[in-house]
Amino acid sequence: MRRTLQSNEDLDTIMLSLTTPLLIILALAVIGFFLAKSRALQVAGGDIRGLVSLPSQHALNTVLATIVPPLAAIFLISLYVRITDGTGSWFFTLVVIGLAVTGLALSLISIKQESRARTYAERWILGLLIFASTIAIMTTVGIVFSMLFETFNFFGQYDWRDFFLSTNWSPNFRGNSDLGIIPLLWGTLYISFIALAFAVPIGLFAAIYLSEYAGPRMRSIAKPAIEVLAGIPTIVYGLFALITVGPFLRDYFASPMGFGESASSVMTAGLVMGVMLIPFVSSLSDDIINAVPQAMRDGSLGLGATKSETIRQVVVPAALPGIVGAILLAASRAIGETMIVVLGAGAAARLSLNPFEAMTTVTVKIVSQLTGDTDFASPETLVAFALGLTLFVITLGLNVFALYIVRKYREQYE
Amino acid sequence: MKTSLLKLDTRTKKRNAAEARFKAYGLTAIIIAMLALLILLTSVLGNGLSSFRQTFITLNVELVEDKLDKSGVRDLEVMSKVTTISYAPLLRDALIAELDERGIENPLSNRDLGDMISKEAAATVRNRVLANLDLVGQTITFDVLASGRIDAFFKGDVTMESAVLDSNTSPEALTIAQQLADVGVIETKFNWNFFVWPDASVQRPEAAGLGVAILGSLYMMIVVLVLALPIGVASSIYLEEFAPKNRWTDLIEVNISNLAAVPSIVYGILGLAIFINFMEFNQSSPLVGGLVLTLMTLPTIIISTRAALKSVPPSIRDAALGVGASKMQSVFHHVLPLAAPGILTGTIIGLAQALGETAPLLLIGMVAFVREYPAAYTPEAGLFGEASTALPVQVFNWTQRSDPAFVERASGAIITLLVFLLIMNAVAIYLRRRFERRW
Repeated sequence: MRRTLQSNEDLDTIMLSLTTPLLIILALAVIGFFLAKSRALQVAGGDIRGLVSLPSQHALNTVLATIVPPLAAIFLISLYVRITDGTGSWFFTLVVIGLAVTGLALSLISIKQESRARTYAERWILGLLIFASTIAIMTTVGIVFSMLFETFNFFGQYDWRDFFLSTNWSPNFRGNSDLGIIPLLWGTLYISFIALAFAVPIGLFAAIYLSEYAGPRMRSIAKPAIEVLAGIPTIVYGLFALITVGPFLRDYFASPMGFGESASSVMTAGLVMGVMLIPFVSSLSDDIINAVPQAMRDGSLGLGATKSETIRQVVVPAALPGIVGAILLAASRAIGETMIVVLGAGAAARLSLNPFEAMTTVTVKIVSQLTGDTDFASPETLVAFALGLTLFVITLGLNVFALYIVRKYREQYE
Repeated sequence: MKTSLLKLDTRTKKRNAAEARFKAYGLTAIIIAMLALLILLTSVLGNGLSSFRQTFITLNVELVEDKLDKSGVRDLEVMSKVTTISYAPLLRDALIAELDERGIENPLSNRDLGDMISKEAAATVRNRVLANLDLVGQTITFDVLASGRIDAFFKGDVTMESAVLDSNTSPEALTIAQQLADVGVIETKFNWNFFVWPDASVQRPEAAGLGVAILGSLYMMIVVLVLALPIGVASSIYLEEFAPKNRWTDLIEVNISNLAAVPSIVYGILGLAIFINFMEFNQSSPLVGGLVLTLMTLPTIIISTRAALKSVPPSIRDAALGVGASKMQSVFHHVLPLAAPGILTGTIIGLAQALGETAPLLLIGMVAFVREYPAAYTPEAGLFGEASTALPVQVFNWTQRSDPAFVERASGAIITLLVFLLIMNAVAIYLRRRFERRW
């Protein structure tokens, strides 16, 4: 395996050449397991009462000491190789196996009567647990960096002022495209607004009815039924918009009223997305309404208010921050939703007020710019990363704000 | 006749009416939500159930030696050069013979008659012949696919009126089909192959199946399960049982709750930039799809695992520590097994979420047209490295084709997907009911 890594094929060779070292490491670990066990017994003179840690704990320590360092090395080196594109693969194999052998030898040598193998083994495990929990951080870093990097590339080729301020979106794969985000943002916000206008009243009233009026039987049927809506994949909603809602709206509303002849429209996508958002609004609001202390209701009812007056004047105002948080979370869902708008809203970037016209969104354009033949040097492809970053920043802002509100509110009554 | 002496004044009446109205609003909201669910399900079921049935024509095909094996040596290599173009006339002749024998009038040209049989049928016959060369020269009975329009006619989607305007069929062809169906030559029956066949080209919706998509989804679920479960459980154990309260762990926690709300398409961009452009894994491979879905489901699994760990009472930990277990032993020997049902439930729900996810898979190239069943491992492509598609992506693909028969297929694929989700959620609910412990 004496060769240098130059191109992409070499990554595959690493991946393949990984198999052998991994098998060697595994074999070393198995050998280590039995060696450590017998050595521990031997050190104790056959009487395990003489040991501070059990033989199995010595064995576990040896196995972990053999496996963890080389695996960490593989992880780090494979990142490094990707970045620099050039280290000897034989060197890499040597380091990995060397680490395994060293770990094995050191842990075997350290087996003594009074050595605390349990503590050592647990340190390895703790290290693995910590590593696992940093993956969440690495994901975020990965998301941000992958998009930032390409977005910088994009703004190197296309003026950022045009991107944020131009009202024209017409990509042209021969160059000279207009890539203004404003019509896309307009479509996104318009559709989200319709979706929320549909979902918020229904979700809120459903939550109020379920938590304040409904009996246990009604609750046990209606609550799961509404939550089923949350479990349905968005592609199903998309298909529903495409084959049922779109043609229905066109034939019975848009066409007779002269609003247009398009089945895919802002209204189609907005209504279907509204259905999808009902459970988000209702289950979050339900939790929040239930968290309002009963004493507040009793006080109001005791003064002679009817139930609806209590809800309107006491419960809802008390729960308002939480409800606002729930609505913001739903809004962030709506803005980031992809499949419903891909199938229901259309592909034409347009700045119009007519809800029965086809418009498009940020997510639709990310999909259309990144599927099919893509050239990662052209601004027409790279714009998708700038769109993605914009989307990420908007939804992240909404989420952070919403979580802040919800958390702050919860503390009030606890 | 009045039974009560109490007289309500106008204001009270007004307030009571407002109360009734308010209650009615709530009830209406619930009814609208339930109605939406009902309409959604009936629309999908109504459109899709017919895709599980398929129209077949039973034909006695004479496998003429002149056409299929001119040399007469029955050499596989020579015979595999004979394309489906040579097989199609045989099927058409068999159909003509069938019509003559039954005394059915045939006003159609040979070409139009041939169009009643699916283009896939010739390939089916060819494969049968190549698998068994001795069939040449004999007359064999085949159950071949009828064309998409004929199929749609028996499902009620194509009518005599619509056929007049249709360039792919004619009322005469439908009349012949109806007569053949009356004598049992054409039959519409349950089609298992819908779940087995791979996708088919735009001209032959009747032959399109979900085989590759189901396999691809299965591979991705394996990747997600193998990666997300251990990583998710490990990081929840650390955060819930070991992590000190400091800025770093706070950061991780905020991070996880935010990741749970990141739009799924952003994960697709991540997958494209990191796994495909940077690490150069194969496009449209289940491996990349699985990795992206793993990152996407991790927050769900972590959140539910932490809830499960939290619900185990501290007395269990204290008892274990009291008899000399280390912290790690108390967690792995006692807390984790007790939390297992909750963790499992959360994992299944996370998997169900991943199974239905479409948007990120579009970006990593899973929209490609794939007819080959992907192998789990090949030396060239590595583990789960062969191009594949997935169930929800297949639905999207079919909606993008112009032939209306693909809409039926897409709805059928959705039903299949929903059945899988239903099973997974039912298992999760069962596990929760069966093993959940209240302390």
